Amino acid sequence: MSSSFKPDPAGTTAPALPFQPLLWQETLEHGAHWSGIVRRGTSLRITALQAGANVAALLYNYESLLERYNMADTLKSQHTAYLTAGCVCYSDMGRVLCSITADSCGWHDTLCGLSDAAMVSSRFGLSRFQEQRNDCYQNGRDGVLNELGKYGLGKRDLIANINFFTRVAVDEAGALQFDAHHCRAGDYVDLRFEMHTLLVLSTCQHPLDPDKHYRPRSVRLQAWVSGPAPQRDSCRDRCRENERGFRNTEMMFLA
Amino acid sequence: MSLSHLDPRQAVHDEIIAAGEPWLGGLEQGQILRIVDLEGNQAVDTLFYNAHNTEERYSAVDTIRAQGNIYLTTGTPLRSNLGATMLTIVEDTCGRHDTLGGACSAESNTVRYALEKRHMHSCRDNFLLALARHDRGLSKRDLPSNINFFMNVPVSSDGGLQFADGISAAGRYVQLRAQMDVLVLISNCPQLNNPCNAFNPTPIQILIWATG
Repeated sequence: MSSSFKPDPAGTTAPALPFQPLLWQETLEHGAHWSGIVRRGTSLRITALQAGANVAALLYNYESLLERYNMADTLKSQHTAYLTAGCVCYSDMGRVLCSITADSCGWHDTLCGLSDAAMVSSRFGLSRFQEQRNDCYQNGRDGVLNELGKYGLGKRDLIANINFFTRVAVDEAGALQFDAHHCRAGDYVDLRFEMHTLLVLSTCQHPLDPDKHYRPRSVRLQAWVSGPAPQRDSCRDRCRENERGFRNTEMMFLA
Repeated sequence: MSLSHLDPRQAVHDEIIAAGEPWLGGLEQGQILRIVDLEGNQAVDTLFYNAHNTEERYSAVDTIRAQGNIYLTTGTPLRSNLGATMLTIVEDTCGRHDTLGGACSAESNTVRYALEKRHMHSCRDNFLLALARHDRGLSKRDLPSNINFFMNVPVSSDGGLQFADGISAAGRYVQLRAQMDVLVLISNCPQLNNPCNAFNPTPIQILIWATG
């Protein structure tokens, strides 16, 4: 994407939130896993606190956990192989879980999945809690399984996830091209939730990150009341598909 | 245009699946499955499950990442959500296959085409009905992103994605060796709204050999 999307590279602070006050904020440590319920009408900013961050995200309709983020429907409905501002994240029921309303880095991956324990130990060596305490090496799949278990979910619910802040392009032969310089400190993405969503996050490194060192990065989460998508909206107006996706979503919330 | 040394007369299973129909069957470790695009440009939506532990199933993202490429063809190991190789593509006379496009559904048809397309037959309906009839506790929860054999979904270097005209043709086939005992769930795609089936869904053939 155009470099004009980049914030001042010297800066480490994302621009002011479009609405105040904050509902809550917290720092998500590097290598951590997290889950929470984000209500319709809430927006969440995720800010990379260091360059090279990756935030794996899985989304489920909190009112019906069988409805979940669908990578294929998200990509084919919007004719894209990546996510950025203006895109929405579709569920498998033709509805919008959340909209990407702002994005300073221009590309988020949803093709490459999660790291796992075998991958992390083969690349970085064994690092157990017994010796390293809470600095022991974490991996994406175990982290999200841990969070999913809190809601009665498990391996059957390991859907294709989003990897915020990571750019993996595809060349003409279909080969994946990991961009090691994509995410700068201070890059941010704003998600506006269009339904009550179970959000599961992991800040482990992207599974294709070629870094020789185990070096996950921390991010900040900030939530505020934005309301759901208005009638004129860059995500709704992106394409006719999204207009229909919002119509399907709003039907669920009619009194 | 068969390149394989396998003789269809020696197959332990030989079945035609009509356009728009589901199919659920089993493969034992070491068995060979051939899917034949009988009339050309037919999308075959397919999922695999470990027959002894269905929590382990085909994973599009693990398969893409493990081989570093979005297209499936000869040599591609089909990976599970737990990182194991479930099957390997051992022969492919089509050239490449999709695993980004997912399955069509009544609900996604309303988004992609029009609200009045909701009633049209879809791959997810096939999947759900086959799993319901199978009565082994599998459900919508067990429908992750699938493979679309013979379907052409090119991605451009700037990240564009489209459903394009097919690159398959009558008689082309893909052949897979099972690396574990698997359940095979197929929807012979009934989609009429995009070029994945050349707007004309057609039958396919399933052949299974005891050994390759």
